Amino acid sequence: MSMTMAEKILAKAAGKKEAEAGEIVMANIDVAMTHDLTGPLSVESFEKIGTENVWDPEKIVVVFDHQVPADSLDAANNHLIMRDFVKKQKITNFYDVREGVCHQVLPEKGHIVPGQVVVGTDSHTCTHGALGAFSTGIGSTDMAMVFSTGQLWFKVPETIRFEVEGTLAPQVYAKDVVLNIIGQTGADGATYKACEFAGETVQDMSISDRMVMCNMAIEMGGKTGLVEPDQKALEYLKARTDKPYQIMKTDLDAASLETRHIDVSELEPQIACPHNVDNVKPVSDVQGIEIDQIFLGSCTNGRISDLRDAAKILKGKEVAEGVRMLVIPASREVYTKALDEGLMSTFVDAGALVCNPCCGPCLGGHVGLLGPGEVSLSTSNRNFRGRQGSPDAEVYLSSAAVAAASALTGKITDPRGY
Amino acid sequence: MKGNVWKFGDDIDTDIIIPGRYLVMRDPKDLAKHVMEGLDPEFHQKVNEGDFIVGGSNFGCGSSREHAPLALQGAGISAVIAESFARIFYRNSINVGIPLLEAPGISQHLETGDEIEVDMEKGVIHKLETGEEFTFKKLPEFMLEILNKGGLIPYVREQME
Repeated sequence: MSMTMAEKILAKAAGKKEAEAGEIVMANIDVAMTHDLTGPLSVESFEKIGTENVWDPEKIVVVFDHQVPADSLDAANNHLIMRDFVKKQKITNFYDVREGVCHQVLPEKGHIVPGQVVVGTDSHTCTHGALGAFSTGIGSTDMAMVFSTGQLWFKVPETIRFEVEGTLAPQVYAKDVVLNIIGQTGADGATYKACEFAGETVQDMSISDRMVMCNMAIEMGGKTGLVEPDQKALEYLKARTDKPYQIMKTDLDAASLETRHIDVSELEPQIACPHNVDNVKPVSDVQGIEIDQIFLGSCTNGRISDLRDAAKILKGKEVAEGVRMLVIPASREVYTKALDEGLMSTFVDAGALVCNPCCGPCLGGHVGLLGPGEVSLSTSNRNFRGRQGSPDAEVYLSSAAVAAASALTGKITDPRGY
Repeated sequence: MKGNVWKFGDDIDTDIIIPGRYLVMRDPKDLAKHVMEGLDPEFHQKVNEGDFIVGGSNFGCGSSREHAPLALQGAGISAVIAESFARIFYRNSINVGIPLLEAPGISQHLETGDEIEVDMEKGVIHKLETGEEFTFKKLPEFMLEILNKGGLIPYVREQME
């Protein structure tokens, strides 16, 4: 039977030869990730089930990233719950406050390989499909079940394969491509489906760019993002892990596959406008809107390539008066590289604030909250009402280049002039 | 199940249901004090035990935070009825024991303040004032069983015994 990549991975995880979209399978989990914010609820549920030990401590990864360092007594208590759990359950894959955002840390530390089933108590777990893993966000009760049994049921999804063709113009990035796709597909246009990104434009993309694409699959309802692993993916893995992997690719005649073609050769920078991620407009339609805060970071665009793109624009210049710019590297590795390359001096000299690796304002509960009436331009993935603080604030989403150009003018700015 | 309707629009996301800054809490009663706060800061004072939320399409989109269905549960919401639901929120709600009823077209027929009665077995919503009846997609048997036990954990615990 011809199958999609999603069907093949889930079939293998369920110990079956074949799996078909719509079928319910019980899959063995390869990686189960939780963090400081949704972890305590997972632990509480695990304790209610009453299983003494987790099924396999080697397969659980715990990352502190949402409220690091702890900004309140409640956060500190949550950290204590997780540290106790990690110790009691002998979980060695534990990244305390120093390491960074879970969706950057997992691939960086070699936890992700092609063909795995990865679950995380975070909706942006779909990011890891960039390396060819079936990776999806789940809730705390489901995670408690995984902790107990190592298994979870899935409805095998249909796949939408976005075939992206065309060379991106200068200052147009993966973020612009995926925002454009979300704008066309709608916030629920891919609900329950796997979103596969293919075509020459995606083949030309770096692993970081593919992570940007997969990260945002959930913003159109997608169950996972996926990119077929190629030589680039294998090179990324080689430096990080010697775990065995299995490359699975979509059969183009699979029954549950729908292919959509997108030409990006004429694409201009894209902006997601308040308060929905599918409210996407070209930058030329919204330029000039005044901004109070710029956030460069997150599991979408806090990687070294994003910091480089932004620093190029900011070098030797100053963030506009009255504008606050926050730069938050996605991980310690990104932070160190940025320091070595002198990018951090560029940001600090320009008047930006550099924070420790964490989720930052994207969570809307830690640093850099917005007050009523304020406007933010953010390289993160969500612009829902109240996402970054006050429900009366507005959040626009963009690439790192748009964020940097806009930081200089204090208004939404087309980076193509920089 | 009988109660009053509170109606909201399309794409009600998890940041509306419970904003990120409250996720440090886990008790449903504490979370309930902030439920739907972004759209209606007084919502938690107005809602009564047993009331229903009626939404448009893509209800619950966004985060995997199970705090969202817990906040609704803490506020006494007996079920959410919507045109369609986002995937993670759907699983989480069933897992914590809140029925989600998918009823395409429902938002044209119900308004805030309407009193309704829901028959889970038959898959019917009765609008008490007018006597009108609307159907929803009946839940699969195993999900009804999970809901009847009060959520996935009590269900699994019973199976283990």
